[in-house]
This record gives sequence, C-alpha cells and structure tokens, in this order.
Amino acid sequence: MQASLSLPPAAPRSDPGPAVFRRSAFRFCGLRREALGLRSLRPAGSTRIFRSPARTPSRKTVTAVSGNGIGSLSKGFDYDLVIIGAGVGGHGAALHAVEKGLKTAIIEGDIVGGTCVNRGCVPSKALLAVSGRMRELQNEHHLNALGLQVSSPGYDRQGVADHANNLASKIRNNLTNSLKALGVDILTGVGTIADTQKVTYGKVGFPDTEITARDIIIATGSVPFVPTGIEVDGKTVFTSDHALKLEWVPEWIAIVGSGYIGLEFSDVYTALGSEVTFVEALDQLMPGFDPEIGKLAQRVLINPRKIDYHTGVFAKKITPAKDGKPVLIELIDAKTKEPKYTLEVDAALIATGRAPFTKGLGLENINVVTQRGFVPVNERMQVIDASGNLIPHLYCIGDANGKMMLAHAASAQGISVVEQIGGTDNVLNHLSIPAACFTHPEISMVGMTEPQAREKAQQEGFEVSVAKTSFKANTKALAENEGEGLAKLIYRPDTGEILGVHILGMHAADLIHEASNAIALGTRVQDIKFAVHAHPTLSEVLDELFKSAEVNTGVSPPSVNEPVTV
Amino acid sequence: MAATSSSAAPFLSSSSSLSSPSSARRLLPLPVRRVSPSLRRRIPAVRAKIREIFMPALSSTMTEGKIVSWVKAEGDRLSKGESVVVVESDKADMDVETFYDGILAAIVVPEGETAPVGAPIGLLAESEDEVPLAKAQAQSQSQAQSHFSPPSPPPPPPSDPAPSPAPMAGAKAEAESPRKAVSTPYAKKLAKQHKVDIEKVVGTGPYGRITPADVEAAAGIQPKKPIAPAPTSAPAATPVTPSPAPSAATSPATKASAAPLPPIPGSTVVPFTAMQAAVSRNMVESLSVPTFRVGYPVMTDALDALYEKIKSKGVTMTVLLAKAAAMALAQHPVVNATCKDGKSFSYNSSINIAVAVAIDGGLITPVLQDADKLDIYLLSQRWKELVSKARSKQLSPKEYNSGTFTLSNLGMFGVDRFDAILPPGQGAIMAVGASKPSVVADRDGFFAVKNKMLVNVTADHQIIYGADLAAFLQTFSKIVENPECLTV
Repeated sequence: MQASLSLPPAAPRSDPGPAVFRRSAFRFCGLRREALGLRSLRPAGSTRIFRSPARTPSRKTVTAVSGNGIGSLSKGFDYDLVIIGAGVGGHGAALHAVEKGLKTAIIEGDIVGGTCVNRGCVPSKALLAVSGRMRELQNEHHLNALGLQVSSPGYDRQGVADHANNLASKIRNNLTNSLKALGVDILTGVGTIADTQKVTYGKVGFPDTEITARDIIIATGSVPFVPTGIEVDGKTVFTSDHALKLEWVPEWIAIVGSGYIGLEFSDVYTALGSEVTFVEALDQLMPGFDPEIGKLAQRVLINPRKIDYHTGVFAKKITPAKDGKPVLIELIDAKTKEPKYTLEVDAALIATGRAPFTKGLGLENINVVTQRGFVPVNERMQVIDASGNLIPHLYCIGDANGKMMLAHAASAQGISVVEQIGGTDNVLNHLSIPAACFTHPEISMVGMTEPQAREKAQQEGFEVSVAKTSFKANTKALAENEGEGLAKLIYRPDTGEILGVHILGMHAADLIHEASNAIALGTRVQDIKFAVHAHPTLSEVLDELFKSAEVNTGVSPPSVNEPVTV
Repeated sequence: MAATSSSAAPFLSSSSSLSSPSSARRLLPLPVRRVSPSLRRRIPAVRAKIREIFMPALSSTMTEGKIVSWVKAEGDRLSKGESVVVVESDKADMDVETFYDGILAAIVVPEGETAPVGAPIGLLAESEDEVPLAKAQAQSQSQAQSHFSPPSPPPPPPSDPAPSPAPMAGAKAEAESPRKAVSTPYAKKLAKQHKVDIEKVVGTGPYGRITPADVEAAAGIQPKKPIAPAPTSAPAATPVTPSPAPSAATSPATKASAAPLPPIPGSTVVPFTAMQAAVSRNMVESLSVPTFRVGYPVMTDALDALYEKIKSKGVTMTVLLAKAAAMALAQHPVVNATCKDGKSFSYNSSINIAVAVAIDGGLITPVLQDADKLDIYLLSQRWKELVSKARSKQLSPKEYNSGTFTLSNLGMFGVDRFDAILPPGQGAIMAVGASKPSVVADRDGFFAVKNKMLVNVTADHQIIYGADLAAFLQTFSKIVENPECLTV
C-alpha cells in the first residue's frame, strides 16, 4: 500500500504524508465527498451501513494503483486537468483529481486559498470566535446565572486582527502544502483560456506560457460586489475584504445588506462595542432565510443588540468620511426611488453580495458570453457557449458559475466534475448542500425553505408537513444556559422525504450535517428517527425533531433489524 | 406596572414546559385586573364585573408587546385556563391564558398592534349584562390610549431631505428647516426603554449626534462602563471630540484608568465577591468622614474572673464587651449618634452593637440589637444565632446593617492595639486589643501585675469631640472593672 502511493519526484514529501494531508485538508474545507460518492452507489435497503467502512480503504487502493499510471491518460497533453484558481473549489477538485490518478496543475494569480481562506470564511471565523467569547463575558446576567464572576472584560484590537490574519496564513500554508505534497503543480500567474484544451498563464509583464490539458476547470471565484454610487475608500467605506483586517472598530457602522456576511459582521461589531445600522433593499431583514427562522433571528440577533435597520431602501450614494464630515449614506425607497433619508455614520460596510471574477479569462476565445459575469453551465458544470452548445472538456465550478456561492459547494462541484472526467456520471444535488451563518447563536439550513417547499408542493401536488423542536427542551443547551433556539423540519408526510431543515441555536452549524447527509443519501424521516444520539448532547434537538415528524406511509422497518451477512 | 389591585395575578410564575413539537409557544396565565376601584371601595362585598386584560410582561426586558392574534373573538365565552391571545414579546410568541371565567367583551388592541406592558388590551365581562358597559368602556379607553400603538413598522425618522445634497432636490426651500439631530441605534433603543423624548436630548457625540450616554444622562441613570476597545489607532476620519475632560475625581473608573500601574509579572487578578465589593465601597466612602482616635487602658481582671464563671453558660468575651460598650453608650448617647447630613446630630433610639466578624474571605458585621436592654445570656444566645447565620450567608439586611456602634476585637490573635476605620452611617467604632498581664503602679506607688487591655475608639469629629470620647471610655472602663452590672 505504501509503495503504491509513491508520487512524482517533484513532491518534496512523498512518504505517508500525503494521506495525512489529504484528510486534514478535506476536513477544514468542509467537503462532502461521501455524500457524492455514495449517492449513485446506494443500493436499496440497508446494506450501506456495513458497506461504507469496507469501501473506503478499498477505494484508496484502487486510487493508489491507478496513480502509478500517471501520464498514461494525458497522452498528447501537458496535463490531464488544469484548474484555473486555487480557492477552495480548485483545491477540492485538485485533491480529488490526484486521488483519481490525474496529472493536475492549478493556476493561481493571487494567493492560494482564494476568498474563503484569505478574505472570507476563515478569517471571519477567527473574528467570530472572539466576538462569541466577548459576548459571553459581557453578558453579566448570563454569567451570574452560571455562578461566574468576571470583571470588566476587554480586548486588544490588534491582537484580534492578528488572530484572524494568523489563522488565514496557517490555513493557506496547509492548503499549499497539501497540493505540493500530492504532486499538484502550482503555476503562478493569471490563467487565460486560449482555445479548447489550451490555457496560457503568466505574470503581468512577462511572456505567457502555453499549456495544454485534456480537461479544464474554471474556478476563479468572486469578489465583493459594490453597487454603483458607492465610493469605497477602504477606510471608512469598505467591503468584507477590508473589514476582516479589523483595522479599527467604528463607534457606529452601517452595514449595507443583511445576508450572511452582513449578519456575521453585525455579530462581530456589536460584540466589540460598535452600534450597527442595517440597510436592506428588501422589505425584511435576512431575506434568504426561512421566514420563521428569520423572525427568530431578528429577535435573538437584532432586537436585543445595539442595532437598528432600514428596510425597503437602497443606498443610492455613499460618500466616505472626509473634510470633517462623517460617512454619508443617501437612502432611496427601493420601489419608488424617492429620496428617503440620509444616514450619518462613522463607517459603512458594503455586504451586498459577491460578483463573479471572470474578467480576463479569455472566454471570448471560445465563444462564451457571461451572464452578469457568471459563466453559464449545465447541471454537470459543463460550460455552455453563446449558441447554447456544450463546450467539450471545459467546466466551471464555484462562485464563478453562481449556482450556490459557498466554499464547500464549489469544492463539491469540483469533485463532481472530476468524477465525470474519470468516466463516472455525477450530478450534484445542491439541495443537500448545507449553509451556515456563524452568528451567536448560529443559523444553519439545508434544502428548501418552507415557502419554497409549499410552492413546489402546490405545483407537483403533494403535501408538506412541518415539525419543530426548541432548544429549550434540550438538556445540554440548558446546561450551557443557551436555551434560545429552534429546529425546523420540512418533509413530505406521504413519503417521509426530507425537504429542508433549518436550525437556529447553539452550534447549529455543526448540527445541520445529520440532516444534509440524510438528504444526500436519501434517508427518510421514518428511518432516521431510529438512529441513536448520545445523551445529553445538542444533537438530541434533531433526534427529537425527526421523532416528532408524522409520516403516513406504511412503516418501513428500521434497517438495523434486517439480517446482514458479515 | 400599576398592579396594585389584588386581582393582579403572579402571571410569570407558571410558565409551562415547552417540549411541544408543534409550537414553540409558552402558555401563560393572562394577567387581569379589576376595573373601577371606586366601585369596589364603596361596596366591598360586591366583586367588580368587568376586568381589564392587560399586556403581560413576558420577559424581564419586555417593555411592549405586539398582539400576534386573538385566539378568541369578541363575545366569546372564556373559561379559566383557556388561551385567549398570542403575544409577541422581544423573546418569543406566547399564548396567554385567562385566570377567570367570563366573556371577552371588547378587544381594545387589535391584532398586529403594539401596546406597552401593563396597558389594557381587552375587557373581560363576568356576564352578558356587563358586555354593553364594557364595550362603552373600551370605546373610551381606545380613544384615550390610541397614542400607545404607533404604526406597526418602527417609526422611520421623518423623511426630511434637508441634508441631502442631491442636485435634483430643488423641491422646497423650507426643507432647510433646523437639521434633525442624529441619534445612534442604541440611543434610540434606550430612549424608548426609559421613555425619554429623544427630540429633547442634546447630542454630545461626534458631529453632535445623540449617543447612548446622552440618553442615559437625560434619563438620570448612571452610564455603564462602555465596552470600548483599547484606544484604536485612529483611522482616517476618527472625529476628535472637543468635550472637556471629565472630572476625574468623581469617577473611580476614570481614576483607575488614568494611571494604571504596570502589572507585576506573574500576578493574578481576582475580582471582588459581592461582599468584598461592599467592603471596598464602604471603606472608600469612609475617607470623607473627619475621624480621630482616642485610646484607653482598661484593667480586665474582674471581667476575666466573671468570664471564667459564666462561660459555661455560653457567654463569650465578645458578648461581654459588646454589653459593656452598650451600657456605656446608654450614658453617652452622643457616641451612639450619627451625623447624616453634616448639619445635625441624629440620635439613635436604640443601641445596636455591630460586631465585626471575619468570614471566609469576607467581613461582615452581625448586629446585636438593643444590646443595652437584653441580658447577657439572651444576648449570648442571640450572638450564637447570628454567627451561624453569617457563616451560612443567611443574615437578613437588618441583621447586618442596623448597627449604631461597631466593636472590633482582635485580642484573641494577640494584637495589643490597633486602629479601626469608621463604617459609614455610624458615629464611632471601638477596636479592642488583647488583655495582657502588665506591671501597673497604683497611685500609692505600689506595683501590681494586672491584666491590661488597650481599647482605641475611632469617631466622627463632626459630632463626637475628644472630651465625649474620653468620658465614654472612662465609663466603659469602669463597667469593665466592675462587671457585676453586666449580669444583672
């Protein structure tokens, strides 16, 4: 096994290292490759329970053996696979490609890790870890209820900023090392598609190098979207890119946009002592969330904090602070476009979403027209050209295709593409991809919201039921004195199919995976309700949730009762 | 909440459990109070027939609630325990149930509207006969309190486009009216909470904006320490507030932060317990009192002999000394007095001896009330109870803060003399050292070995002068040297 793992001499650490790296890299990027791998293979019934442990090692062996044949597939090409962009999507695809025995290169014009690692999920989690603790330490009432005494908690802004920065570089190094260790060539420069199966890359001002590849994946990601009329100076008016550096903590900050990004930053800023004003174009805050979760989130995360908001308004013009004036935000009615009000604040964070980063990719060379910057793809991530035809050997994953702008979705799409390149058809079920917002408490979700499910139900003519449980009934949550929270299950009472799960409460982001895995594997409510959860744990919130669902179908026997050959 | 009426129920006490999967709501008894107290006063035997249903306080932070839905309609018959209305608080939606049978005669606050905690939201009539009356009452009530329910969305500040430099806004010249003051989100919340009219608050924040501190000042509450970051390296446009430096003397917080001592490496910081914080507060407060001290030697041979004789009956030296001090105080009321306002003597009607006791890491002063009147055995009995209560932290406030004079005894540790700090609200404190055999010469020049104890009294010189203390100590000394009176 070990011998068969040997890799090209270019890899500086070719001994057992790769396996270790691979595993850890997978973990922190939150990939869900099991969900993908098992989907097509799942047989009817229960044997899966006993198959999976046996499967994993056997697959590794196969992988390793095929790894010996590097070069055999890339006949006539420099590489089997070239990935443009070394973010989480590109990284996930590269790791899986190596596992599949493909000779792989990854082109990165900036730094390895992309948005998630350098300017997104990773550093923001560091800030949120600090804000969560600050919030706990400041909550005298909560501490007293636990019998704790803490005097005047405080923080050092630079120390907090350093923590975020250090975390990003640590994860970036891990990512880089894992690629190098597996023998993925990291090519530095801006990648451009010259033709089908042909990519050029090079640093600005240097002659480009041309390489050929059997398959190409575009994974160039996105940048913060700044609407016109907003002047970003990076100091008093800025995007998440600047905010994550935490160069200062304004006394009063307006956050334009109340989605995940805005909400997470409101958690950070209020914990650090700022007051926050939300500006939201839609009529309610947190428009992407299930309405019931959004309502509770407003109660828990907005109303008791030093936050107010303006909904149904656009920020038409934002002027940074200068000449002794504060930041000015001109608000207009989102519908009538009439001027409404001018906010005067110390800083403004623009969190109005993200725009695809697809300029300079050379898409015109292959007759691809982007839609609002997004690369059009089909459900297998194959790129579609201007006349509606599939371009062979060209795929686009992650934020650049706009299907689901989440790091782990990009990675899952990348793995799905690599599976197809390897000859296994694979379609990713986006409804099984969970999402999380790391506020305190956290919010997480997978699948459809209740209105979405009801709409679909009406179109297709089936019933929808909803089950709910509260964290207030959970022993562990009460032990932590964190009883605030709700879990909600949306399902079909006729079949027991899980349509969506939404959680707001302590560690919701970690709890969602039981539901997302169930959706990915097609597990039904009547089956999963027999799964056992350790007591007392927060996971019992989901246990209770599944148990409270009422499925009308003939009871399918719990799978563990079936006879199994060992 | 003006819930003086006896029928106002303890509605917060019985929230039922919440594991119901179908609903995350809590069932709460509906608070109801009787209307027309005048009627009740006149004919106390007859119960009022119309009750107000008022907005319950569903959480400690709730100031107003929104009616999500009325489960019952006007004219519906209610029976005790039925849920009547769903109220949305700052925390959750809760079903609220009634305590009384009756008819929902009128809904004062309709669905979707908001009412402050304690405001009537509906009327409950006891029988059909009262329904018209209740309806009439509701009519007048809804008029009277229509201002309670603001339009459902948070009132957006008037869309005053004055500061907008938009070129197309060539509309009205009168839009140049005085600029509306800007207030921060938390300032607005505080103003609502403390019912401060934010329009009348003067802003002192950056760019003249109204800050939470301004609202707190207007509401007359002590601002809490802000959780401000350590001074940030100023960004591009941090405004410099030209506010005058706060007078450092008034606020210990600013004092402390003004010149922080460099931390000694390896030191640990242990926050005060509540008791320790109280001690600290009292000690700092005592600095404002002009005190002085007078010492006096007391011979204790007779007292020691008495103690040996009666200690089997549970009498301790501390109690004997407290009794002696109380009896001396009875003859010198000024030493038992307090100076409350810097202008007058406040003579206390009873003599309550507080005795300082060290208790794991803290200090507390259980009080022997009427120590001059109770006999020594009762007093000892009382003392024993107080000490055991103090150990289990069960002293009631009256049992530790009603002292008029304090006794502190470190004699048992061999301390020969010490100096006590006067606690706030008292005129004098006595510090008692150890009684030790000493060579004493009497007035005829004969030497003798006697047990001598040094006592030192700290007193407030605003009301107690040197001669007063000297005379008191003389009396105390005489009592101790002739202790028979203590057991009478």
